[in-house]
Amino acid sequence: MSIITINDLHKVYDGTQVEVHAVNGVTLNIEEGEFSALVGPSGSGKTTLMNMLGGLDRPTSGQVLINGTDLSQLKDSELIDFRLHHIGFVFQSYNLIPVLTALENVEFIMHLQGVPSAERHARARELLEAVGLGDRLNSRPGQLSGGQQQRVAVARALASKPRYVLADEPTANLDSHSTENLLDIMEELNHKENITFVFSTHDARVVKKAHRVIVLEDGKVISDEVREKVGASNSNE
Amino acid sequence: MIIHVAWKNIWRNPTRSLVVILAMVVGMFAGIFMVSFAKGMMKERLNRGIETEVSHIQIHHPKFREADELKYQINDVFQKTKDIEKIEGVNGVSPRIVVQAMVASAETGSGVKLIGTNPDREKTVSNLYTYIKKGKWFEGISRNPVVIGQKLAEKLNVHVRSKIVLTFQDDEGNITSGAFRIAGIYQTVNTSFDETHVYVRFKDLDQLAALPQGAAQEIAVHLSSQKYLNQVKNKLSDMYPNLEVLTWKKLNPEFGYINDVYDYYLYVFIIIILLALGFGIVNTILMAILERVKELGMLMAIGMKKGRVFRMIMWESVMMSIIGGTIGVGIGLLVTIWTNHTGISFDSYKTGFEALGYGTTVHPIIDWGITINVMILVFVTGIVAAIYPALKALKLNPAEALRTE
Repeated sequence: MSIITINDLHKVYDGTQVEVHAVNGVTLNIEEGEFSALVGPSGSGKTTLMNMLGGLDRPTSGQVLINGTDLSQLKDSELIDFRLHHIGFVFQSYNLIPVLTALENVEFIMHLQGVPSAERHARARELLEAVGLGDRLNSRPGQLSGGQQQRVAVARALASKPRYVLADEPTANLDSHSTENLLDIMEELNHKENITFVFSTHDARVVKKAHRVIVLEDGKVISDEVREKVGASNSNE
Repeated sequence: MIIHVAWKNIWRNPTRSLVVILAMVVGMFAGIFMVSFAKGMMKERLNRGIETEVSHIQIHHPKFREADELKYQINDVFQKTKDIEKIEGVNGVSPRIVVQAMVASAETGSGVKLIGTNPDREKTVSNLYTYIKKGKWFEGISRNPVVIGQKLAEKLNVHVRSKIVLTFQDDEGNITSGAFRIAGIYQTVNTSFDETHVYVRFKDLDQLAALPQGAAQEIAVHLSSQKYLNQVKNKLSDMYPNLEVLTWKKLNPEFGYINDVYDYYLYVFIIIILLALGFGIVNTILMAILERVKELGMLMAIGMKKGRVFRMIMWESVMMSIIGGTIGVGIGLLVTIWTNHTGISFDSYKTGFEALGYGTTVHPIIDWGITINVMILVFVTGIVAAIYPALKALKLNPAEALRTE
């Protein structure tokens, strides 16, 4: 079953002179357990599409269904709750809370979910150990390398037990070693826990690892290539 | 955990936060100490006013205070004195003949309030006798002794044993005068009182004024404690429905004014300080928010509801205000306790203070009511100051905020 269904999605920005069709009629299905990359040059509509997939932005027309829930039907406050419980986010510039330790950063999202203190503490520790940071639990983001920070961000994204993780250019600021390492961790989580990952990227190293590569140009899908069967069958229209 | 994060947020830029906290400390210290100082001054002024000048309660003919004429009398004052002394809480009663008079020395003259009183009874309602600087309280002069204030003595250029002449209109409307000899000269801290109040013996003035037997203009009543004030006042009003019974609050409008209205001025003062500090907080929080637009965008993106973001920012402001306010108020209280002990001397401004009836040494007093209200106001300031920056943070669109650099 599709975890994400996108139906004829449009996003039009009202410029002062001309309307900009940032996303222009995208239809896609993303299956549970996919490890997919959304690729395209700047201005291709990647970010806009990612925002709509993450419920951060509303489409002008069309639908985004996540597990059958139509995001456009949700009120703003419901949408925030939906993001909190169903979507994990990894950002290009890590975006950790600089004043909190790695452990607290991972715990924070569970605090927002109302997870009891002892439970969130244990889970945060477990997740940080899973991303190889068991020895840096009490370090602050400023004391960690970029790669380590992004691993904390991955642990944070998974802390809320989301159905899928949206990663917006997660490797853009990382060296190749850190990139490899991060991708390995994510791939492993994808395998073991069957968590769906969607990346937006133009990093060749990410594209190489992806099991499915969706190429966007001018707000449209111009190619959609599945390299490996993952979980259930892929759609490929 | 929100509070924990808010607390850590305050210390992202320690210098900036400390400046705000320090401003709060100084402002609140100034506010609390100002209040204590004013309270100390007022209390001293009130006490002195009650103990030396007016006593707790005075009884008059209803028209006396307005017309100030000898003919508005109280009858049977000696019987009334005995009756009043029996009331619970009363520890001194003194009947007085009061008349506007002219006092003249060999050199000059002056208008005064002439008071005829029993010297021993007067001691039970007023501590004026303790302020005798020269001579004695009605001792040492056998015939027509008089006690005057230092300021008046200077004006008339007279000394102990000098002769002065007092002239006034008697009960029948005739101008009458008597020669008196100065037994004592008092000096309170209230120079205008010293200049205008002249004391003679009841029996001497009674004779001169040709008053009917047992008549006087005033009965001063002193209480053992302030707590009996309304109780005794009501009792006296019941006993003498045809007379005017007034407490010190009404007798000296300035006292009532000091007591009741001054608090409002202090609150205005405190609120002005807090208003200025509030803008400092608004500025600091606003800067702190503009610096972390991206982070706030991230928090909203991952699922932090607006109410929580709002509360987090509120906490940052409230905690800064409370830290600064508490330390400031604490220092203010400590300095108050210390200066209450040592007193603050204003000898170099002696003349000005005394002309207004204030002592030159002030003992600040803690007013807990105001202190508690100030702490509440500090808390409210923290909340109010954060509203604008917090609302600004709520207007952020997470998708856009995330893209800022």
